[in-house]
Amino acid sequence: MAEVVLEVQDLKVEFDTYGGVIKAVRGVSFNAYKGTTLAIVGESGCGKSVSVQAVMGLIPVPPGRVTSGIVKLRGNNILGLSHSEMNKVRGKEIGMIFQDPMTSLNPTMTVGKQITETLSVHEGIGRGREAKKRAIDLLEKVHIPEAANRVRHYPFQFSGGMRQRVMIAMAIACKPSILIADEPTTALDVTIQAQILHLLKDLQRENEMSLILITHDLGVVAQMASEVNVMYAGRIIEFGPVDDIYYRSQHPYTIGLRAAMPSSEEGAKRKLQPIEGSPPDLFHPPIGCGYFDRCPYAMKICESNEPEPFLVGKNHYSRCWLHHQRSQTKLTDFIKQDTKIYKNNEIMS
Amino acid sequence: MILEIKNLKKYFEIKKGEFLHAVDDVNLSIQENEIVGLVGESGCGKSTLGRTVVGLYDKTAGSVSYRNQVLPKSYSSSDFWKYSREIQMIFQDPYSALNPRMTVKEIVAEGPLIHSLWKKNAINDKVAYWLNRVGLPRDHMSRYPHEFSGGQRQRIGIARALALEPKLIICDEPISALDVSVQAQIINLMGELKESFGLTLLFIAHDLSMVRYVSDRMAVMYLGALVELGPSYEVYYSSLHPYTQSLIASNPEPDPEKERHRKFIILKGEIPSPVNLKPGCRFAGRCPKVMDICRGTNPVWKEIKPSHFVSCHLH
Ligand SMILES: Nc1ncnc2c1ncn2[C@@H]1O[C@H](COP(=O)(O)OP(=O)(O)OP(=O)(O)O)[C@@H](O)[C@H]1O
Ligand SMILES: Nc1ncnc2c1ncn2[C@@H]1O[C@H](COP(=O)(O)OP(=O)(O)OP(=O)(O)O)[C@@H](O)[C@H]1O
Ligand code: SF4
Ligand code: SF4
Ligand SMILES: [Mg+2]
Ligand SMILES: [Mg+2]
Repeated sequence: MAEVVLEVQDLKVEFDTYGGVIKAVRGVSFNAYKGTTLAIVGESGCGKSVSVQAVMGLIPVPPGRVTSGIVKLRGNNILGLSHSEMNKVRGKEIGMIFQDPMTSLNPTMTVGKQITETLSVHEGIGRGREAKKRAIDLLEKVHIPEAANRVRHYPFQFSGGMRQRVMIAMAIACKPSILIADEPTTALDVTIQAQILHLLKDLQRENEMSLILITHDLGVVAQMASEVNVMYAGRIIEFGPVDDIYYRSQHPYTIGLRAAMPSSEEGAKRKLQPIEGSPPDLFHPPIGCGYFDRCPYAMKICESNEPEPFLVGKNHYSRCWLHHQRSQTKLTDFIKQDTKIYKNNEIMS
Repeated sequence: MILEIKNLKKYFEIKKGEFLHAVDDVNLSIQENEIVGLVGESGCGKSTLGRTVVGLYDKTAGSVSYRNQVLPKSYSSSDFWKYSREIQMIFQDPYSALNPRMTVKEIVAEGPLIHSLWKKNAINDKVAYWLNRVGLPRDHMSRYPHEFSGGQRQRIGIARALALEPKLIICDEPISALDVSVQAQIINLMGELKESFGLTLLFIAHDLSMVRYVSDRMAVMYLGALVELGPSYEVYYSSLHPYTQSLIASNPEPDPEKERHRKFIILKGEIPSPVNLKPGCRFAGRCPKVMDICRGTNPVWKEIKPSHFVSCHLH
């Protein structure tokens, strides 16, 4: 296995709100390795963005706070570093592409100026002609047409996908050794998306960059990731190599998620099957399994006891009581019954 | 016909005397109770088309009619009031579209209250109803937009538009920030509203499998103009335009084994400037099937099969 560059252990994040304390991230651990891609997928609102914001030291305090956890960059803890120390890590060591371009771009500054600012802060190159040339090169790299003219424009003059690409250009400007990309291609059509993903893979090869990719697009995950974290209600509920997650998924949530996709078979028009119910209230997170309310296989024990991660394959873990060796219910029983949904799921018995 | 877009143009003046042709002569008619998907390259003018249709941008030329009534070229504030009851837009960037100083309840109830659709004492229940339909719990009502995740914000935007029970919604990437299960929930909801109150949608999206799934017809746009339009099934499985073909070929599939063996068609060549457009096909610089005629002569919009249109010299 490649070298670990980022290690996250037992991360917990809360927010104070008018209605009470929201436990957004409830103990998340993962490793990111040199030269590989780790994908994070999961229900909308399950804590993906908050987790990586905590890694970057970007949780607004108050109302937020990190209540526990260790974040190690090449062995050194970076959680709780001072503002100025963290500023050195951000951009140069760890690059970040934010989910929401408009909140991270400055609306009052031209796109070119924003890129040259980043370059001058982290690489010390002046704000003159050389920086401007680098900015144009970067915009060309992310396929902005007529980059030389476009550097003079403001973010509002760009389309949604063009803004997203400006952020990508800024994040890769300093060739970071870790790139955290939070939904980097949601506003891109599939041909530009393919080019951007290609660019990220090239950077990964050149600098052995570690990529942490948050996305809802299971096609993009299939194309990019070597390992996948599946999150639900503030927790990682399944983790494994990409093939295991796609062909041998073990957690009922992951299985439900995959069943909700429209089938790619020609002419398929069956009604889409969302997972019934809604995620738990994070003001009062469940003491048992977070998926209990919605799980078709739930057992008595699941309500008040949270399962530990069970090893279900090589380097493949699932947090579910069904994997307990003495569980009376086995996932395989269900899988045989509903062959349409689980067709690709060659579960090991 | 609920919406008729005729020769619509929207140019932005980016320098004195220099115009960016964001929407350049688009014709598109949408029938009552129809869902039309709109796909195309990032920056090709989809959002601008949507914003021009709902009056957020003045029309440079051409016209838009709603139920045979020509909409104003430039909207006054009373025009917004008049038309927003029936024509709504869900914005691509949910965060900048939500007022940060308003609670979710105020955001969702704003439209219905302006149009006096809801009684004051029914507001809480109505807001809770629409939040619930998009998968958000009732107690989120008192929170502010910045306290939500990207996908939760997107759903607040959807609830706001639906609460007015409009006739026509321009949805600009309405489900891009949602996981596939919540996407399925929203798509089923839209399908249900189409049946129950005859909703019509112009559905802008990048996820081709979803567009094919939800829409009756699919329109493909390239650099300000439509290049293909037809029944979604046909456009997806037997596309005629080389740009559409490259789009479909780049659609990633949720199958790691297939993706490892995928042959990419990376489009090479210059994307022409939307400022100084040259005559000829706009895709000629990047088209794998380009011919001599393509560089000098504009292809015309032709009906190749019943209701399946394309503009390309190959056809
Ligand atoms: N500033 C905040 N104040 C209060 N609650 C917050 C705040 N930021 C996030 N949350 C809550 O924390 C939870 C996790 O949010 P997060 O943004 O990490 O979700 P996500 O997994 O990235 O979802 P999405 O896929 O929709 O982007 C959500 O339930 C959200 O409502
Ligand atoms: N307010 C504006 N001023 C100047 N140019 C603009 C403005 N809004 C959009 N444009 C330009 O018009 C073109 C079309 O933009 P639009 O936002 O409509 O694209 P889009 O198809 O929605 O792209 P995406 O899929 O990336 O969201 C782009 O070249 C963009 O830079
Ligand atoms: S632990 Fe129980 S409730 Fe949770 S996913 Fe497994 S079977 Fe379902
Ligand atoms: S007209 Fe010519 S250049 Fe344009 S899409 Fe058709 S073949 Fe390609
Ligand atoms: Mg997020
Ligand atoms: Mg757009």
